[in-house]
Amino acid sequence: MIAIKSVSHSYSDVNRISFKDWEINNGDQWLLLGESGSGKTTLLHILTGILKPSAGEVIINDTSVYTLSARKLDQFRGRNIGIIFQRPHLIKSLTITENLLMAQSFANLPKELKRVDEVLESLGIAGKKNAYPSELSQGQLQRVSIARAVINKPALLIADEPTSSLDDKNAAIVLALLLQQSGLNQATMIVATHDKRVKDAFTNTYELR
Amino acid sequence: MLIAFGTGILTILLLASTQIGEKLDNNSKDIDLVVGAKGSPLQLILSSIYYIDFPTGNIPLKEAQELSRNPFVKRAIPLAQGDNYKGIRIVGTDTNFVSVYKLKTITGKFWEADFDVTIGSNVALDEKLKVGDTFFGAHGLTGSTDVHKTHAYKVVGILSPQGNVTDNLILTNIASVWRMHDDHEQEEAAGHHVNDKDADQHESHKSHGDTKPHKGHDDHTGRKEHSSARPDEAGLNEEREITALLIQYRSPMSVVMFPRMVNQMTNLQAASPAMESTRLFSLIGIGVDTLQWFAVLIMLIAAISVFVNLYNSLKERSYDLAIMRTLGASRGQLFQIVIFEGILLTLAGTLIGICLGHLALEFIGAYQESSQARLTGFILLNDEIYLFAAGLAIGIFAAIIPALQAYRSNISKILSKN
Repeated sequence: MIAIKSVSHSYSDVNRISFKDWEINNGDQWLLLGESGSGKTTLLHILTGILKPSAGEVIINDTSVYTLSARKLDQFRGRNIGIIFQRPHLIKSLTITENLLMAQSFANLPKELKRVDEVLESLGIAGKKNAYPSELSQGQLQRVSIARAVINKPALLIADEPTSSLDDKNAAIVLALLLQQSGLNQATMIVATHDKRVKDAFTNTYELR
Repeated sequence: MLIAFGTGILTILLLASTQIGEKLDNNSKDIDLVVGAKGSPLQLILSSIYYIDFPTGNIPLKEAQELSRNPFVKRAIPLAQGDNYKGIRIVGTDTNFVSVYKLKTITGKFWEADFDVTIGSNVALDEKLKVGDTFFGAHGLTGSTDVHKTHAYKVVGILSPQGNVTDNLILTNIASVWRMHDDHEQEEAAGHHVNDKDADQHESHKSHGDTKPHKGHDDHTGRKEHSSARPDEAGLNEEREITALLIQYRSPMSVVMFPRMVNQMTNLQAASPAMESTRLFSLIGIGVDTLQWFAVLIMLIAAISVFVNLYNSLKERSYDLAIMRTLGASRGQLFQIVIFEGILLTLAGTLIGICLGHLALEFIGAYQESSQARLTGFILLNDEIYLFAAGLAIGIFAAIIPALQAYRSNISKILSKN
């Protein structure tokens, strides 16, 4: 279970954003709605252990995330939280496979080629496993970043505006993949977006005003 | 790559100066004093220890013999120079030379009869001479315009490589040198020249390195100026001359007194190899020091450039690094990654630089004319480890600030700057 309690954050003395308490059950799929500037990114960063809130607690699977030491937090993040960003940001000098292996090793997990192949297969890009990021299309790159996010079977899958830079067709594909992958890997999923095309797929919504 | 360049220069300097120093050392270590004709002491040393420059002139055998009987002298080695074979000096001397320079033959034996020669290892290699071969020497110290055709030299032995100047010499006894010139003068007197014209003959004398105007000295042993000496038996003649006397003292006390006595009370000049070598090296050394500072400067600039490079590239890659953090990389790991990159960069540069330095020196050595001072690029020195370590240190040094930045980077800020 994932929960935030009494979380608020201020970037400066004047601006303070408070977030409603939020409880998410395992395996749920949620939509995080809000316009840009509403604190969506802030909340995401807080949720994923990247930004420590000025006040409040974040609990993921019985661990109060911000009570962990810096190193432990990093590791926790690598193993339990998979993030899909708006732009893929893969390491350009490594092949797709090497990028994915890197995700495993940074999380201090053993490198398993089998798992890499498995994930690439289920996303339909197994053929590109030895290619370099520069050789792939936008859509393919986005799939690789999904692969990278799910490869360690995280408890929480977070996608930050995954479809905003894609056309309708690709947006639909990515959405479908996300839903499928979170189900496959038994992860809880939160998609943060202001993309109207995505909204209809979700029943649970957390809205930021 | 600046680092490669800087390291390269430092390597060259290191190798070259060590080798030159060694060569200077090797050649002069057992000789305490050189006695020769008056002139420049440096020239005396250069000609009679290193066989580079031309001798300052000749000294009368009689005086040399008297000096060698002096109680302060433990050993005196006579030298007679005056001929060459394809630019390689033919030196007449005696068995003392062999023992002082601790020469050993690799094949054959040391010279015994007149016109027997024992040649240095490089000479054998370069001229492809073996025991039993014969050749004709030419008059003077360079050039083969005036070849002595009456007697051929015969190779009876080849020296093992000594690592000093003897590798490049042809050694024989003094009598051979004298006789060679007696016959030469006979030829001259009788009007038989090896060259067809008279003019050529005199021309070739001029080309024998008389860089100073004729003072009545001659570079040629056993001759007085253009007058025919009496032909004689292979024995000692009172009018004979030699080029120089190499002296070993009986006791260290003579170091000050003996040279002074020679310089003031005889017509001869005494020069100390150690002193002149040191002087020479210190003259060269000044040049070496300047170059060294220059190279250090280059390394510094290189370090700065590595730093700037890393700093800038870090800005571009900050997003990538932040992503790595989200994948689970810790701050310490990021720090390591950046430092590692800096080290790799400088290590590569250092290695390339060292290799370049060796190659360049080898290249230079191949083009050197004087085989006496030939430098090689093939040796490795212990001091090069220092260069290596320096390269490493520069890498770490230059990479520290960017690495710290990577360490302290705020992922949240970076990632939100989409």
